[in-house]
Amino acid sequence: MPDATGLELIGQELGDSVLDTIFFRDRATLVIDPPSIRSVLARLREKGYSFMSSLHGVDYYPEEPRLGVIYELLDMRRVDRITVKLRVPTSAPEVQSVTPDASQDAGWPTANHQEREVYDMFGVVFRDHPDLRRILMPEDYEGHPQRRDFPLGGEPVIFTCNDTGTPRSSE
Amino acid sequence: MRVAPDGLRVRELNARQLLRGGDLEGANQPAHLEGAELERYVQERVATTTLDTAVAWARSNSFFPLSFGLACCAMEQFHAAGPRMDIARFGFEAFRASPRQADLIILAGRVSIKMAPIVRRLYDQMLEPKWAISMGACCSSMGVFNNYALVPADKFMPIDVHVPGCPPRPEALMHGVLKLRKMVQDDPDLGWRERYDAVGTEEIIPGA
Amino acid sequence: MSPLEEPTTGPAPPMSEYRRREQSITLSPLPEQLEHGADGSEETTQELLTLNFGPHHPATHGVLRLLVTLQGEVVRDIKPIVGYVHTGIEKTAEDKAYWKVIPVVERMDYLAYYFNAMAFCGAVETLVEVEVPKRAQYLRVIHLELNRIASHLIWLGTSALDLGAVSIFLYCLREREKILDLFEMSSGQRMHTRYFQVGGVIEDIPTGFAHKLREFLKVMPERADQYGAILSANEILLQRLRSICPLDADALLSLGVTGPLLRAAGNPWDLRKAAPYSSYDDFDFKIPVGTVGDNYDRYAVRLAEIYESVKILEQALDGLPEGPHITEDRKVALPPRHELATSMEALIHHFKLVTEGFRVPPGEVYFPIEGPRGELGCFVRSDGSSKPARVHMRDPSFVNLQAFSHMAKGAYIADMIATLAMLDPILGGIDR
Repeated sequence: MPDATGLELIGQELGDSVLDTIFFRDRATLVIDPPSIRSVLARLREKGYSFMSSLHGVDYYPEEPRLGVIYELLDMRRVDRITVKLRVPTSAPEVQSVTPDASQDAGWPTANHQEREVYDMFGVVFRDHPDLRRILMPEDYEGHPQRRDFPLGGEPVIFTCNDTGTPRSSE
Repeated sequence: MRVAPDGLRVRELNARQLLRGGDLEGANQPAHLEGAELERYVQERVATTTLDTAVAWARSNSFFPLSFGLACCAMEQFHAAGPRMDIARFGFEAFRASPRQADLIILAGRVSIKMAPIVRRLYDQMLEPKWAISMGACCSSMGVFNNYALVPADKFMPIDVHVPGCPPRPEALMHGVLKLRKMVQDDPDLGWRERYDAVGTEEIIPGA
Repeated sequence: MSPLEEPTTGPAPPMSEYRRREQSITLSPLPEQLEHGADGSEETTQELLTLNFGPHHPATHGVLRLLVTLQGEVVRDIKPIVGYVHTGIEKTAEDKAYWKVIPVVERMDYLAYYFNAMAFCGAVETLVEVEVPKRAQYLRVIHLELNRIASHLIWLGTSALDLGAVSIFLYCLREREKILDLFEMSSGQRMHTRYFQVGGVIEDIPTGFAHKLREFLKVMPERADQYGAILSANEILLQRLRSICPLDADALLSLGVTGPLLRAAGNPWDLRKAAPYSSYDDFDFKIPVGTVGDNYDRYAVRLAEIYESVKILEQALDGLPEGPHITEDRKVALPPRHELATSMEALIHHFKLVTEGFRVPPGEVYFPIEGPRGELGCFVRSDGSSKPARVHMRDPSFVNLQAFSHMAKGAYIADMIATLAMLDPILGGIDR
């Protein structure tokens, strides 16, 4: 991990995109402005963080902006990890996708399925994603299951001593 | 709702009536049979019993399981077919990939809502007589996960034997399979499924 | 007529609900030169066939659905469709106390159950800032490496089954039975043992475990030699795996692939060496690395990893230190039962831990470990209560599956099946 001062230096270098830097349990996190995600990742790639370990979503209910997307980057040469975080509100859950090849930078093909999963589970729409559709739930499913206000669902557990409807309850 | 029994059960009852009384609706009087009636009795009773018992014995000792593993229980299903807990010593090692050739579906693993119509379709594509074992807690009830994504198998297909466990040991799976074998040997007519309207569900593609 | 095309002439046959739903699946755009014949002339056109390797298929490892676009027998495009064993594990984990999440999360990647638990426990231990005692770390390493061998054995058995070598499957299961006996000895369960807890392991190993483990370690390298003798120089295997579907390390890195697939392509990235966790830096072992990155290298790398895991196990067993098997911090780990009779604090701690669970200070942590298929990471966000606010498992198979279509483009169907076997996808991890 870049240590606390290294993190501050990176934050200063990236300038206005960075809203906050967090150094927690020896792990560095940059909180950035959602529209600048591609440029931030491209700058970090130039610095050496060329491997994207993970792309996942978080629901920060009830704090606004609610939906967060977290990008875990890894520099294999120096064994350095850095986390990039952005938050979007539910009213406008749009983020630029980092998957495709643009003319300026190579894109991150590993984000393909992972962005689809964030879309499926949280409802974050990734602009310019080559194939944005549900990956884990059936294609016509309504709702985004991993949001905090989505009910857990499941079958009611019937304890025969409580429930008077089943034939074997003691009554 | 009791559906009127037909087929072999009716013949058994008729045979018993023949032995007891003169006509099929007759009173409960012992009678001796001779001639044509005796022949008819032999035909109904003895043939019914011995042949069907033989067929049931043959069927129960030669299940062809469908090779269908969904999740962790499939690993224990492999072990049940493995060298230590050998399922081949009972005659069940012929795992068939095609549902048309299999008669036992062992649902090994959790059935998600995306998979449930496919499992049902596989079950429909199997030919009668067919049996289903629900292996593990996840398909019998919801198991460890009581949430939006899973469906207990009883909701969409008739299950004959539930094997609890998470995952059940290979010995537990064998116990379930042997229980099913005993069930089929003793009473092969799938009466409970007729009662719940769960027979005759083969898939027919229209126009094919 | 494939179910994906709308019929253009005649009355449409009644389509079942299930088939109508699949029409929304997109396919990638097809290259134009396929509309001409192979000799470039415009008179002959070739048709592309879309074949569905359904979720129920004997050769897909689990319920993986592949939409394969074929030109003759050559694969032009593969679209994997997953989600058929999606269990909502991450959502279920938000509803349970931290120690109750461990059995739920274990069932994700169902061949590497100790690894799932290790990633989650590691993340929570980082958040709570509790230290795991040395003996517990060594015990964790022992169980992790045994699980790695067990996972590779199933991979070898099912892959050999796909390629036609049916007897290897039974040999691998024979070894795996021994490993599962060891797991049953230490924790009582063969699979999904919830042996790892936050702060250490739940119980110390019983007497006889070390002896049985040593016997297994004597036998395992010979057995692995036997598998190698049957498979590694086998003409059929060489023809089917050598130079088939290679992918170079740069392409793999841009796709996010780690684990034996990346090592087969020549990049020796292994988190056990690069960023050691749980005392892996105490052990001396090598990382098997391939050269070309074809299927044969993937097979050879995994077979060699079995030998390396045996080496780690021998060293861990020889160097197993004395000490507690779980942290002494009573706020996190249950006190031993004999203390409950004498100490009031122990009773209160036990009560609080069992009913409510321990509270974790708010924060977010991503903890990656090296699983048998690649980087297995666990992201835990806690909001200060006794239940996690978000648990996300970064599963290696989920990311590795993206490389599959790149690997198998231009190969025959049989090579595609062999590549899928060498990819080692575990659908429980992909779908979670």
